[in-house]
Amino acid sequence: MSRRVDALFATARATRRPVLVAYLCVGDPSVEASVTIARALLDAGADVLELGAPFSDPTADGPVIARASARAIAHGSSMRAAIQVGAELRKSSEAPLVLFGYANPIVVAGERETVARVADAGLDAMLIVDLPPEEGAELRAEAKARGVDVVPLLTPTSSATRVEAARAGASGFVYYVSVTGVTGALREGEAIDPLVAASHAAARLRAELSLPVVVGFGIDDAAKARRALGDAASGADGVVVGSAIVRAIEAAGSDVERAARDAAAVIAAIRKSL
Amino acid sequence: MSSASSPADPRNRGYFGPFGGRFVAETLVPALEELERAYREIFPSESFQREWRGLLADYVGRPTPLTRGERMRVLLDPSGERLSALFYKREDLCHTGAHKINNAIGQVLLAKRMGKARIIAETGAGQHGVATATACAFFGLPCEVYMGELDVARQAPNVARMKMLGAKVIAVSSGSRTLKDAMNEAMRDWVTNVATTYYCVGSAAGPHPYPSLVRDLQRVIGEEARAQLLSVTGRLPDAVVACVGGGSNAIGIFAPFVDDAGVALFGVEAGGLGVETDKHAATLTKGRIGVLHGAKSYVLCDDDGQIIEPHSISAGLDYPGVGPEHAELMRSGRATYLSATDDEALAAVKQVAEREGILLALETAHSVAALPRVLDALMAAGRSKAIVVVNFSGRGDKDLGTLMERLQPESASSGEGGAS
Repeated sequence: MSRRVDALFATARATRRPVLVAYLCVGDPSVEASVTIARALLDAGADVLELGAPFSDPTADGPVIARASARAIAHGSSMRAAIQVGAELRKSSEAPLVLFGYANPIVVAGERETVARVADAGLDAMLIVDLPPEEGAELRAEAKARGVDVVPLLTPTSSATRVEAARAGASGFVYYVSVTGVTGALREGEAIDPLVAASHAAARLRAELSLPVVVGFGIDDAAKARRALGDAASGADGVVVGSAIVRAIEAAGSDVERAARDAAAVIAAIRKSL
Repeated sequence: MSSASSPADPRNRGYFGPFGGRFVAETLVPALEELERAYREIFPSESFQREWRGLLADYVGRPTPLTRGERMRVLLDPSGERLSALFYKREDLCHTGAHKINNAIGQVLLAKRMGKARIIAETGAGQHGVATATACAFFGLPCEVYMGELDVARQAPNVARMKMLGAKVIAVSSGSRTLKDAMNEAMRDWVTNVATTYYCVGSAAGPHPYPSLVRDLQRVIGEEARAQLLSVTGRLPDAVVACVGGGSNAIGIFAPFVDDAGVALFGVEAGGLGVETDKHAATLTKGRIGVLHGAKSYVLCDDDGQIIEPHSISAGLDYPGVGPEHAELMRSGRATYLSATDDEALAAVKQVAEREGILLALETAHSVAALPRVLDALMAAGRSKAIVVVNFSGRGDKDLGTLMERLQPESASSGEGGAS
């Protein structure tokens, strides 16, 4: 179990301060720039960073993050680079850091070896999109031994048995996916607001699993963040902002200063309103 | 109904030895569990089997013939010392021109019985797309097919066929713009529309239960071939040969022979410009163990785990992964995997066309191209006067554009036979 993750959510709960999780795709526009942008996100009020390790075939991601992943790979980024960026950030920050990625780079590099690298770099958790609780036994055993959380994903399609499957070995926090779809895919104007539904699901899951729950997918502004958070007592513990940050970085092109400023502005605006 | 490693056993979660499993986003797990229930309960039921087998006979045109290939046999081994008889299992004569329809008609029937309202599929050469579009037209279900932009261009006749059958063809412009990218996009569609949509996977790949389901829908090829060979020759063959992309036609013909220890199994992968170059799709020959499209198996990827864009002249083999059961058959030594290059496949198309009067798909031609190496392997194992059966998985009408361009440049430039 990660000390930093537990402490952050405990404090957030005690002070009724929603947790803001920021995602960035490491290596877009360059690995070096990702360190600068990550620091700007933390300064702007992000509590947790998800360091996205780019994968060539990101089947759970929408076009924004898929494009960023392709650019990052072209600029020499990888899972190894994402872990190195985490190590660099750890020198100056105690914020929880989550390695976010897909199974293939981990299986190719070795499940144990990857967890060891993650732990040695001072990262707190891993979230592997295509590794449901039934898979990755070796990775999970090593993560437990090294105090690295493996964050489970739950979704609107998750039945009681899927929640039970996630329970075994879950630690740190739960990532609740607000929609059935890819990242950035929230559709507005539906009869039941998926973000409000997500806030209710998050509250239920927190009670069932005794773990904090953050809601992600499609949250790109303060109003959506507030809907997902619900009211402080019965909503989610936090929200994840991903595609909106990646979009701001994309729009800045190779201008790293602008990328850092605009990505930070996305987080700052949400932080301010919470 | 299951092979030795028995992924049909619910306790082993779709594993063939160390390969297989279910590596997907959590959103899809309930849909795969639903499909697994249908595979265990609906698929083996008498009512499903009766309807599906009936359609294989009356709609697909099964059983397909087993044809003796005497003129190719003479070319390969004039004396008959090494090769005494060569047979072709004629999946090219199935309705829509390839083995793909066995699977598509079975899966779409299953989807209908599961109450699904919409079918999606990915396709490389377009054969699975055409087969799925056909099955959807037959059952009256809407069909959308994802196809890489590059494949849309090089398999234009199949794109036109899908449209005629009422399917919507969605050109995928990401990545290598081929089969793997079509599969990525189909998975994104499925994750978004999972409640209403059935994903009809075209190969014996993907997350559990697809590799087992597709094998069981294709094993009719091997069941027929085994019975036909016994009836014609009075004995089992020395070798069964099939091309391998994802591996559905190969696993279909291999499956009923797996327990026949005396029958050697050969899969032939796409060697592209040569397996010593970086332009090939020989996943088992040159890949490493990884995870792609929901299963642990061999993949073509770099040291960072990024998938390498494969290359093959045949769109249907142009895939950087392979079905997990083939990975296990290779690991256990039960099957042997060879490769054939683009040029060898082209030459084989020409040979079989001119010597047997059969225009093969480029995919299928890889298996014929590897026959000299199969015979070498059989001789090395002390088997002379061999009986060999090759799975003729599909016909080559779809490849006429490529064939005219590569084999007869003069007539192509004079405006005949182009794909457009």
